[in-house]
Amino acid sequence: MRIDLEPRQNISRSRELMAPVAALVIAILLGGVAVALMGISPLEAFRIYFVDPLTNTTDLQEIAVKASPLVLIAVGLAFCYRANLWNIGAEGQFVIGGTVGGGIAILTHNGAYQSVWGGGWILPTMLLFGALGGMVYALIPALLKVKLGVSEILSSLMLVYVAQLILDYLIRGPWRDPKGFNFPQSVPFDAEATLPLLLSSGRLHFGVIITLIVVVIAAIVFARTMFGYQVRVVGAAPRAAQFSGFKSGRLTYAVFAISGALAGLAGVMEVSGQIGQLQPSISPGYGFTAIIVAFLGRLSPVGILIGGLVLAVTYIGGEFAQVSLKIPQDMTRVFQGLLLMCVLAADVYTRYKVHFRIGAGQ
Amino acid sequence: MGQAEVQPQSHTAPLVQVENVTKRFGAFTANDSINLELRAGEIHALLGENGAGKSTLVKMLYGLLAPTSGRILWNGTPVSLANPEEARALGVGMVFQHFSLFDNLTVADNIALVLPKSAKLDSVPALIADIGKRYGIVLQPDRPVWSLSAGERQRIEIARCLLQDPKLLILDEPTSVLTPQEADQLFVTLERLKSEGRALLYISHKLDEVKRLCDRATILRHGKVVGTCNPRNESARSMANLMVGAQISDVRASKRIQGGIRLACKNLNAPSAEMHGTHLTNISFCVNGGEILGVAGIAGNGQSEFFAALSGETQLVNPNMLFLDGKPAANLGINARRTLNAAFVPEERNGHAAVPDFALSDNIVLSRHATGGVTLSGFLQPAKARTEAKRVIEGFDVRKSGPDPAARTLSGGNLQKFVVGREILREPGVLVVNQPTWGVDAAAAAAIRQALLDLAARGTAILVISQDLDELFEISDRICVINGGHLSEGVAARLTTREEVGLLMAANASPTGGPHAH
Repeated sequence: MRIDLEPRQNISRSRELMAPVAALVIAILLGGVAVALMGISPLEAFRIYFVDPLTNTTDLQEIAVKASPLVLIAVGLAFCYRANLWNIGAEGQFVIGGTVGGGIAILTHNGAYQSVWGGGWILPTMLLFGALGGMVYALIPALLKVKLGVSEILSSLMLVYVAQLILDYLIRGPWRDPKGFNFPQSVPFDAEATLPLLLSSGRLHFGVIITLIVVVIAAIVFARTMFGYQVRVVGAAPRAAQFSGFKSGRLTYAVFAISGALAGLAGVMEVSGQIGQLQPSISPGYGFTAIIVAFLGRLSPVGILIGGLVLAVTYIGGEFAQVSLKIPQDMTRVFQGLLLMCVLAADVYTRYKVHFRIGAGQ
Repeated sequence: MGQAEVQPQSHTAPLVQVENVTKRFGAFTANDSINLELRAGEIHALLGENGAGKSTLVKMLYGLLAPTSGRILWNGTPVSLANPEEARALGVGMVFQHFSLFDNLTVADNIALVLPKSAKLDSVPALIADIGKRYGIVLQPDRPVWSLSAGERQRIEIARCLLQDPKLLILDEPTSVLTPQEADQLFVTLERLKSEGRALLYISHKLDEVKRLCDRATILRHGKVVGTCNPRNESARSMANLMVGAQISDVRASKRIQGGIRLACKNLNAPSAEMHGTHLTNISFCVNGGEILGVAGIAGNGQSEFFAALSGETQLVNPNMLFLDGKPAANLGINARRTLNAAFVPEERNGHAAVPDFALSDNIVLSRHATGGVTLSGFLQPAKARTEAKRVIEGFDVRKSGPDPAARTLSGGNLQKFVVGREILREPGVLVVNQPTWGVDAAAAAAIRQALLDLAARGTAILVISQDLDELFEISDRICVINGGHLSEGVAARLTTREEVGLLMAANASPTGGPHAH
């Protein structure tokens, strides 16, 4: 059998918008099959994964809180991916952001360095340095790419494990809480180092607002600024970018810096708003899941916002399913993987007509 | 015009019959009920503009595509060719326009690649010598391919085909990369192949060649056969009209303003960054306002490097190698040169001069953002870009569907009119164009040439790099030749001939450069 891909002349807007939706539906059906093979009712599983998390305000807040880092990271990744640069290391940039920002919280624990200016400077400084930490960490693969031609895919991915080990070392060594019964965790953050909550009950924190602001700014940058235009040109046609006078090296640094800064910001917001201390693992794979979110959102900030909410639902639903159906947490990862494959396949169907032919050349 | 079938000399049955062959790609019909007969001992021309369906038809003969309907007969028997291997086994050979050779291997290695696995490598030089003797194809087995001229590379491709002893040899625009002299040499080889009783299918849009070489010609337009004739009995003009389906107006030069020197190079040297690229050496020339300087040359002799050095896509260290309106500019980037009122049109429309997936208005921004009007302090001004795109579309009769479609939906000719128009409407003082009408239909080509002449008449200095000598003689005031990274002295177009220019194009033919040259 042979498969022919015939490019579509005009890609309709509605088809482009429907593709991720169709991908989601197909991924849910495939996930249902997998669940059924485990001997569990797919309808029951669907209810627990996708309906129950949407039924009360506490869980809706949880979804927003989970979606926030995914969206933030994915928006950053969109800058890289639009420019055809494949930053796979957002997880590491997230961890470094959390580590650097969290480090400030640990240094200022119990009123240290607050005698002159009080404690008001701590949280903004944490956010700033978290973002800077992620940015610097992301610039390593960018530098290697521009100066030495090293594939950014490999270097950024490998740096994830370095980042995780740095955090692990710090938590088990110098930053371990002396009163923590030898558990590998830091001191709990003070109120000055914690993102304020938005509602009196629940866990919705100020970071969600920051994420929404970033989405709006990124949407404007892509659609209306020369910088966004450059990113799009470099990704779509590198030689045309040269003709346009854009310097591809400079742009590589810029998109990696943005991407790393947003991942780092997500990291520090996670430790400050959600976890409240540093521990050996601060991410359930947000940096990798955000790759799915970026593609589910078609690399557009508003699409990413929606995609992030969908993936957040699977995280919450996965936890529910673990409790009530005894489905392993890994099933959530399986479903996220299925979803990515479906999104990519839907992209192919959007751009090409696919013909399956039996026999050669007919 | 002879619509009626011309009776061929020989009375043998045709070697190949194409019967009512149709090929559709989705809704698009590339070939519509094509009928064609190829006879042994005949050179048959397949004529047509770009997009007329010539390539589709020969790809079906070579097993690269399967017909949607209709059939192909070989010696009277219907055949179905699933892939090129089957076509070759039957006796079909094809020389493509773009060569598929390994630059870093020698001539002998490249030829050995197509031999059966049992063949010994040391037998190859003898095979090459044998082919050389029989067909006048001179090849040096030990030369690496990267050091060869386009003509020599083509000879390797032809030799590779001949080793398979084809009964039908298809040649796709074989002279497009050759000098007039190299083309003459090729014709000798082709005549010899014909006298051996082989059938040749010769794809071209160069009518003079076809008149000279071919026994019959089939003309395609919009995927249909519009006529079969004996080219020797037709005028080039009558065949051209059939090909295009309309009368093509001649371009007319108007009275020129002769200004001072607007574009000049002094001893421009630029090593190429590419492996096997061409180093530019000691290039000096000047172009006056109102003048068009044509740069002829065979592909791969430094044209792209030359364009990059002139446009600023390659920036040089010494500013005094290039002057725009008297200002040293060789160290400036492309946008700084644009602000000095220079404009550039690269050879490749898709992905270089335009972003295929972007709307036309977004493609306006591509080359205009530095010179103002479509951006404001870092922000795009989409409304202004759309207005500007509309001016280009109306001014240059760009045919398109929808108000602001993506560049890739335009035909080659229309997109070329758009990218040339985008630069011309800026009224630049200096314009550098690489291959202005490459792969463009005749009507669009005429419109583009006329626009260049009109721009020169308004006082712009224009440099046109082209491999099409007819085009250069039609529009240039002076012609020079780029060969191995050297530029010859410009000569008034009225005082030189195609043959003289051809000799300069071929002079010590191998392009210099490559890694060993530093």
